[in-house]
Amino acid sequence: MKEEIIIAGFGGQGVLSMGKILAYSGLMEDKEITWMPSYGPEQRGGTANVTVIISDDKISSPILNAYDTVIVLNQQSLDRFESKVKPGGILIYDSYGIHHAPTRTDIKVYRVDGMEATFTMKNAKTYNMIMLGAYLKVKPIVSIDSVMNGLKHTLPERLHHLLPMNEDAIRKGMALIKD
Amino acid sequence: MKEEVRLMKGNEALAHAMIRYGADGYFGYPITPQSEVLETLEAEMPWESTGMVVVQAESELASINMVYGGAACGKAVVTSSSSPGISLMQEGISYLAASELPALIVNVMRGGPGLGTIHPSQADYFQAVKGGGHGDYRLITLAPSSVQEMCDFVGLAWDLSFKYRTVAMILADGIVGQMMEKVVLPPQRPRRTDEEIRKQCPWALTGAKGRKPNVISSLELDTAQMERNNERFQRTYREIEKNEVRVEMLDVDDCDYLLVAFGSMARICQKVMENAREEGLKLGLIRPITLWPFPYEQIKNAAKKAKGILVVELDAGQMIEDVKLAVECKVDVEHYGRLGGIVPNPDEVLDALKEKVINKKK
Repeated sequence: MKEEIIIAGFGGQGVLSMGKILAYSGLMEDKEITWMPSYGPEQRGGTANVTVIISDDKISSPILNAYDTVIVLNQQSLDRFESKVKPGGILIYDSYGIHHAPTRTDIKVYRVDGMEATFTMKNAKTYNMIMLGAYLKVKPIVSIDSVMNGLKHTLPERLHHLLPMNEDAIRKGMALIKD
Repeated sequence: MKEEVRLMKGNEALAHAMIRYGADGYFGYPITPQSEVLETLEAEMPWESTGMVVVQAESELASINMVYGGAACGKAVVTSSSSPGISLMQEGISYLAASELPALIVNVMRGGPGLGTIHPSQADYFQAVKGGGHGDYRLITLAPSSVQEMCDFVGLAWDLSFKYRTVAMILADGIVGQMMEKVVLPPQRPRRTDEEIRKQCPWALTGAKGRKPNVISSLELDTAQMERNNERFQRTYREIEKNEVRVEMLDVDDCDYLLVAFGSMARICQKVMENAREEGLKLGLIRPITLWPFPYEQIKNAAKKAKGILVVELDAGQMIEDVKLAVECKVDVEHYGRLGGIVPNPDEVLDALKEKVINKKK
């Protein structure tokens, strides 16, 4: 098993932490992991992306030219990374603020209305967990248990009371994927 | 005991390794892309566990001179910075070399020249292996390509540095510093006691009670003596060249073309090898781990069977000079690099190999 993923969006949407939680989930399952952030002067409003590679075998390059899965959370990232999905690969995008939908037909495209879901859930901060849930429904490379374990490792103990809310968000995201 | 596997950034691994390998002091000034080193040390608060001193100095000049002072006392001391900060330290590094002091300096390189960018680069190769400061001196230069090596090389660098009384440098870049991977930290090595330091470093300034005072200085106005000092330095460097070359070779015995790359670029080149194999193209990779002492012999021998060599670096062509020296013009050596903080993807490297090396042969 080897999954090469890039997650891209605005800074502040939780792109890097979503990648981090995925990476920790892989750690819980004894996988090899590489997490490579864009570390430019990105803060709220700028663009940010993170490459996560989860593999049974040793990982070579942390820098890639094509990905098994691309998760994009804004138009700029969609424009930049749609062409980088490997043929037959997966593109997950949030329709919020998207003016030009993806056009490729040689990949599987999933539209996830995650931002909209945060409005009904009244908790915008779990947005990245909704998107992570959607991804794990499409490609269950790690179990929810591992994700929750991974979360425990990334969140300081004083925030552990937020774990159930995050699990809800993951399940909400999974439900947003229609078979 | 089951070893503990952790996920962390290269920079964080450096900080943890400094504590675990029994560092006495860290002196540094923040700069992207290595600020997590100081950040992690501050968060870990080793002064409460091992007694290690951590100082955020007022500048890089202050940092390197604090290292100079600590090293003169036989302490295991370290500073880290990124390219522009390392430039500021060159005077101090030259003084450390002239005073034959062990110390560890970490450079997590970013794009230059000047203040440049904060993105990854390898353009400080010359500065690290050919001098940078003034005078005839060398730094043992280790180039990690993984987070695990960021950790391991801290221990290795200190061991070599104390063994030869020479400054050691870990030459990493923004990729290795910023990426997270699995790492197994070493068990806690206790800091040396004063007694152990006196025994290991009889030359150190440990208080002259009951013995002749030691003098640590880089100044020697007697030119004949200064030549003898230099000759002694050079003898040490020859010893290091003889004993301490480290290199990783992948598929070099059964390949058509060779890639030579260090640090993060060697990782990218491994992906290039995987992709090339799918096209039926056999590539080998030589990864110098010690950039000084450089693996001239190993490259010379591996190159005998190769039809051509591509040196891949995040600079305009620096290590290629040493590769050319190694192969003595017997094989074509070409260079591919991106500059100023841009990192090529594996496809770009493979295209460059075809264009500059393979098609040129045809």
